[in-house]
Amino acid sequence: MTKLEDLTTKCNPTWCAGCGNFGIWGAFKNAAVEKGWDNTNSVLVAGIGCHGNFINFIKLTSFEGLHGRAIPVATGIKLANHKLNVFVFSGDGDCLGEGGNHLIHGARRNHDLTVLIHNNNFYSLTVGQTSPTAPHGFKTKSTPFGNPDFPISPITLAIASGATFVARGFAGDIPKLSELIIKANQHKGFSVIDVIQPCITFNKEFDHKFFQENTYQLENHDPTNREAAFKKSLEWGIKQIPLGIFYQEEKPDYESQVSQISEKPLVEISNIRKNLDDLFRKFL
Amino acid sequence: MEDSIYKIKIGGAAGQGIKYSGLILAKLATRLGYNIYNYVEYPSLIRGGHNVVQVSISKEPVFAPSQNSDFLIALNSDAIEKHQDELSEDSYIIFDNKNKVNIVKGKAIPIPLSKIAISAGGEILINSVALGATIALLSGDIELFKDLIEEEFLDKDKKIRESNKKAAQLGFNYAFEKFKDKIKKVLIKNNNAQVKMVVDGTDAISLGAIAAGLQFATIYPMSPIANILHTLALYQRKYKYIFEQPEDEISAINMAIGASFAGARSMTATSGGGFCLMTEGFGLAGMTETPLVVIEGMRPGPATGLPTWSGQGDLQFVLNAHQGDFVRIVLAAGDAKEAFELTMTAFNLADKYQTPVVLLIDKNICEHAQSFPFFNISKYKMDKGKITTEFSPKYQRYKDESDGVSRRTLPGLGNFFIANSYEHDTEGFTTEKKGEIKEQMEKRMRKLKTLESEMPDPLLFGPEDADITLVSFGSNKGSILGALKLFNNVNFLHLNWLNPFPKDAVSKRLEKSRHIVDIECNYTGQLAKLIRTETGIEINDKFLKYDGRPFFKEEIVEKINSVLKKS
Repeated sequence: MTKLEDLTTKCNPTWCAGCGNFGIWGAFKNAAVEKGWDNTNSVLVAGIGCHGNFINFIKLTSFEGLHGRAIPVATGIKLANHKLNVFVFSGDGDCLGEGGNHLIHGARRNHDLTVLIHNNNFYSLTVGQTSPTAPHGFKTKSTPFGNPDFPISPITLAIASGATFVARGFAGDIPKLSELIIKANQHKGFSVIDVIQPCITFNKEFDHKFFQENTYQLENHDPTNREAAFKKSLEWGIKQIPLGIFYQEEKPDYESQVSQISEKPLVEISNIRKNLDDLFRKFL
Repeated sequence: MEDSIYKIKIGGAAGQGIKYSGLILAKLATRLGYNIYNYVEYPSLIRGGHNVVQVSISKEPVFAPSQNSDFLIALNSDAIEKHQDELSEDSYIIFDNKNKVNIVKGKAIPIPLSKIAISAGGEILINSVALGATIALLSGDIELFKDLIEEEFLDKDKKIRESNKKAAQLGFNYAFEKFKDKIKKVLIKNNNAQVKMVVDGTDAISLGAIAAGLQFATIYPMSPIANILHTLALYQRKYKYIFEQPEDEISAINMAIGASFAGARSMTATSGGGFCLMTEGFGLAGMTETPLVVIEGMRPGPATGLPTWSGQGDLQFVLNAHQGDFVRIVLAAGDAKEAFELTMTAFNLADKYQTPVVLLIDKNICEHAQSFPFFNISKYKMDKGKITTEFSPKYQRYKDESDGVSRRTLPGLGNFFIANSYEHDTEGFTTEKKGEIKEQMEKRMRKLKTLESEMPDPLLFGPEDADITLVSFGSNKGSILGALKLFNNVNFLHLNWLNPFPKDAVSKRLEKSRHIVDIECNYTGQLAKLIRTETGIEINDKFLKYDGRPFFKEEIVEKINSVLKKS
């Protein structure tokens, strides 16, 4: 049983007051309490960005890696001990810019990981440059004359890459986001949640009000229909930002295909090898 | 045939099975009780281009390739043109008698290679015909050779095995009848010999890793280490470890770090270009104090350089890669057996010091097979270092310790900690407090001092007192040892621990030397630079090579003679 106070650390969150990260933090902690995630069964991996500070504010064992590299670290952890719930916290710059390749291939291999992309359209920790999800024409410190790039859709990319659970949550709707995190974790395979979050300091366009007014919950959508999922993933605009599960597919995850670990996790298998004569004989 | 080593060179086009022919011939010689050393040269092409393998055979162990050969199997006419100069008057040259060739040196052995091959099943079999003929001329055992074909092609179609065996037998018969007067007793069974394996450096490293208790390997393909991943991929189910091919080297090192953090003995391998990408993760392992073994197989040049040739130009790069200060251990193997042993050592050091360990090898070691008795693993003791599996509510992952090493734990055991790439406090929480920053930096770097106390002295070969001291690292060891046999006033300091550096032992040794020659395969003398940095000793006589080829024994002998002449 995990209680909310068990998750408290000595550090106070350093995010700006009103930051969307508070919502994601709350949603994740609620999910942890509901599902009993603790230091015996769960591990967190974070990248670098405002989201990365997360690990200081929740008392769950974690690995804070390098910018963009959370997914490979998480993959290694999962393969070494697939009994653990492995959560990846990443950002739009972290996961779609610096680490885009890892997202694609992690999804393609369908490792059993849950990836949350804290998506605020900005590089906020480095005080306000454009990110891969920033809209065309967006004015930031690095695009003072308007962003010449067109944004990438994390949802479309995740589906195309082979992720088997793809959803979008909103940092401002904590209960719904908690529910998505739990479902993503229950899904066996590579799960991606694009969490849209306002950056109240730099992103004046997409604030809480904007998302409250323009998002809606997916209904009458068949998440097993890949074509429909692609179509929905491209939807974005006034009153046109879908939330919920876009795509879900039952497909063998990577870990279940590794016969060596079909009985127990890799770290629990003895690695003491006293006699290799059989192997040496292969080289005669 | 000089100094009792018989050297057979096989040359032809890529795709003619040159490397395979060298390996199967080497295995035959080894099973007949001889020692072998295989040297391969090939361009980075799958088809076309000139490929060469030299099989050196002797009753004594062979350490290095030679510039000369006693026997040339020319699978195309190019091979004669290219290697004529390496032959003596007594050398044999097997070639297809349908080709017009101009033989200046050596004895011609014309054989209708392609005609026989076609009669056995196809032109592709000419290497088997030529090998059969070679076995006849050198008094080898053709039945044993056919057994080897059977074993090597076990997973192939039966037709392929039968046609190869037939081709070999027909080649054998032809040479045996037509060249009876030329038969030499080179491959007569040597009965008193020990059973030996034929392994190259990549095999040896794979075996060393498995012996050391490898649990997780992730390797992106790159020459010259690709064979490590082939071997590790093949045996993962039998020995219950996991191999995964990642999307790039960045992912490789980060996955290995993740698996190691979770408690698995982990490794990756790459060449210089791949290590450039790994540089970022290299420091991450240092900062988070995660054990990690990295194999770095050197090839020459920056950028793509020369993918299939050998060099030693990555030494300073590996010693200095990544920003900031952290503890790295850098080892360098001199041959396949050393690579096996140092791989096992590397895993223990990584766990014991909770830091990355790089094992440097060069292409010459990676791809050059040698014969060795079964490696001894019975004395190996796995050292997991300080690790706890107990739950403790007060657990501190990065607690300050006098030896610099804190007690590690694994996720999932209940202990809370953060492995943090940011500077952190004793639990792993991000910190920017000056006292904590200083404490953690000093704790990590203190590991170097602890390490120095268990570091072995470098190996000295040859007499204690000598006129010339050769200093080198990596695969040059083989040629140097070969050359050393011809002198009684030359010794050789072989360095295989490069960081931390055995400065006292090296200083003491070199201060006694009358003339020091630094031998290495790079342009700037990177080992000499390291020696100067660590000991203050400047080596002025540098014998450097940077054309992708190894040092041959003959070149070392010539260098020694020229120094002796001057003094």
